[in-house]
Amino acid sequence: MKLRANLVIGGSLFALAILVGLLAPWLAHTDPVMDANLMNAEEPPSWTWWFGTDGQGRDIYSRVLYGARVSLTVGIVSQLINSVIGVALGLSAGYFGGWWDDFVNALTNLMLAIPSLIFALAIMAVLGPGLTSLLIALGLTNWSFTCRLARASALSLRSQGYVQAATVLGYGDLRIMITQLLPNMLGPIVVIGTLGMGSAVLSEAALSFLGLGVRPPFPSWGSMLSEARDQITTAPWLSMFPGLAIFLTVLGLNLLGDGLRDILDPQSRSRRT
Amino acid sequence: MTGSPLIEVEDLRIDLDDGSRRVPAAEGVSFRIDRGETFGLVGESGCGKSITALALIGLLGSPLSIGGGVIRFEGRQIQNLSAARQRELRGNRIAMIFQEPMTALNPVSPVGRQIAEMFVLHKGKSWREANQLAVEALASVRVPAPERRVKDYPHQLSGGMRQRVMIAIALACGPDLLIADEPTTALDVTVQAEIIELMRNLCAERGTAILMISHDLGLVANVCRRVAVMYAGRIVEERGSADIFRAPSHPYTQGLVDSLPRLGSRAALGRSRLKEIAGVVPAITNFPDGCRFNPRCAQATDICRTTAPQTDGLEAGGFVRCHHHA
Ligand SMILES: Nc1ncnc2c1ncn2[C@@H]1O[C@H](COP(=O)(O)OP(=O)(O)OP(=O)(O)O)[C@@H](O)[C@H]1O
Ligand code: SF4
Ligand SMILES: [Mg+2]
Repeated sequence: MKLRANLVIGGSLFALAILVGLLAPWLAHTDPVMDANLMNAEEPPSWTWWFGTDGQGRDIYSRVLYGARVSLTVGIVSQLINSVIGVALGLSAGYFGGWWDDFVNALTNLMLAIPSLIFALAIMAVLGPGLTSLLIALGLTNWSFTCRLARASALSLRSQGYVQAATVLGYGDLRIMITQLLPNMLGPIVVIGTLGMGSAVLSEAALSFLGLGVRPPFPSWGSMLSEARDQITTAPWLSMFPGLAIFLTVLGLNLLGDGLRDILDPQSRSRRT
Repeated sequence: MTGSPLIEVEDLRIDLDDGSRRVPAAEGVSFRIDRGETFGLVGESGCGKSITALALIGLLGSPLSIGGGVIRFEGRQIQNLSAARQRELRGNRIAMIFQEPMTALNPVSPVGRQIAEMFVLHKGKSWREANQLAVEALASVRVPAPERRVKDYPHQLSGGMRQRVMIAIALACGPDLLIADEPTTALDVTVQAEIIELMRNLCAERGTAILMISHDLGLVANVCRRVAVMYAGRIVEERGSADIFRAPSHPYTQGLVDSLPRLGSRAALGRSRLKEIAGVVPAITNFPDGCRFNPRCAQATDICRTTAPQTDGLEAGGFVRCHHHA
C-alpha cells in the first residue's frame, strides 16, 4: 500500500499542535503572563530563552505553547459550529426541496457574496473582543461550503435505493436524514471541515492581529504577532515563532484534509474493496 | 386463516400529470387479497404494476397521484390517512421488498443494525433488545452464523444473502402483507428459486399475505394462488393460477402463456423460437381507443376499436375484460 505522506505529516503536525496546547503547563518554562521581568527584555533566542523574550521579558517559547490553546480552540470549535449549521441547512434543503431549499440557497448565496472575514469583523464589532465573540463570529460565517456540499449530496443520495427503501419501511424524515443520508455524506464533510479549521486558525490570527481577538496579556498567536509588529526589524523572533506556529498548524490541517479526501473519496474507496 | 379480506382495491385510478394534463396511468384496478393469501400481479414492463403497489402503501409521488377509487386495509379506508398514520402501516403492517438487493441496503450501516432499527422504530424496543431480535431475524432467513453476520456491511454479502437480509427486514415486524416487486430479477436462477421458496415458507408459517409482482407469469403462478394480469394500466384477467395456465381467457393472457417455455419442450431447449406477442405496449399518453390491446390482438373486431370492454365474471371464479373472450 502506498504511504500517504500528506495524511501522515498533516496528522502528525495537527496532533503535535493539540498535544502542545494540552501539555502547555508542563512543557512551558515560565508562566506566559505573570513572569514578566524587564531585566530579560528582548533577549534573542538562546539556550536559556529558546525562542527569545519580548519587550517585557516574557518567554516567547512559553507564550507560543499557551497560544496554541486559543488558536486551536477557536479553530476546532468555530469549525464545528460551521459544520453543524452547514449540514443541518444543506441536508434538509436537499432532502425536502421546495421553498425551504430556495430559502437556504438564497441564504448561502448571500453568505458567499460577503467575504466571511468582513462579516466576522462586523459581528466582532457588535459583540466586542474576546474568546466567546471570536467563536460566535467565526462559527456563524463560514458554513456556506459545507452547506452547498451537504445539499448536493442529499440531492443525489435521495434517489438511492436504500433511501427509498427506508421510506417504504416507515422511516420518518428525520430518521432518514440521520441514518441514511448523513453517514453517507460524512467523508467529504469531514474533509471540508478539516480545511475549514485551518482557515479558522488564520482568521483568529487576523482578528487578533487587528486587536479584536483575545485580550492581551493572555497570548494567542495572532495577538503575539500584533504586539510584535513594531519590533519586526529589531527583534524578529517576536513575530517569527508565533508565525511559524500558525504556518505549521495550518499546513498540517490542509495536508490532513487532502489526505482524508484521498482515502474517503468514494472512487478510491471502491478501488480498495 | 384465509377468507377475511385484508386489502381491497376498488376501481383505483392513478393519474400521471404530464405538465399540461392528467392522463390515467392505471384505471379500473380492482382486486382483493385475503389474510394469508398469495396474489400475483403480472404484466409487461410499464403496465402499471409498481405504481399500483406504491399506491397501496401511500407512496405515489409527484407527478403521480391517486385519481379515484378506494383502498381498504382491514376494512378501513387508507388512502386518505395522515402521513404519520400511513407511516405506522408501512414496514409494520405492510412491508415491501424490491428488485435490487444491491442498492436497497444502506452501505455504511451494519446489516444487523438495519434489521434492529425496525424493532426500535415500530415496536418501541430498546436497542439492546432490538439487536438480539435482529440476530433471531437473520437466523430465521437461514443466514449461517447470524450472530457474526449482523456486524457485516452489505458489501461483504453476496446478492442472495442481501436479499435474505431484505426479507428479514421486511418480515421483522410481522407484517400482514408483504409486497414483493420483482424480488429476484437481479439474482441468478438457482438463488432465485431459493429466495422465492424461503419467502413463501416464511409467509406461510406466519400467515403473511403476499402480493407478488413480476413479468414472469410462470414464476408468479408457481407462488400465488390467484393471479391478475395487467395490460396498459388495466387488469385484463384475474383467475386462480391453475386455471389461468390451463385455459387462459383473454387473448393477451393466451399470448403470455404461449410464450412461456414448457419443461422438456423443444422451445425450452432453445431449438425453436418461443411464440411472442407481436407489437409493442402503447405509451401511457397514447392509449388506443376501445380495448387497449386491440392493435396487437388477432381476434379484434370493430367493437374492440371503439368500446372498452367491461369485466365479465367467469363461472370458475375470477373475471376477464374482453368482448370475445374464450
Ligand atoms: N415517477 C414517474 N414519473 C413519470 N412516469 C412514471 C413514473 N413512475 C412510473 N411512471 C409511468 O407509469 C407507468 C407504469 O409504471 P410502473 O413502474 O408501474 O410499471 P411496471 O409495470 O412496474 O413496469 P416494470 O415491469 O418495468 O417495473 C409507466 O409507463 C411509467 O413510465
Ligand atoms: S376486446 Fe377485442 S381487442 Fe381486446 S382483447 Fe378482446 S378481442 Fe382482443
Ligand atoms: Mg415495476
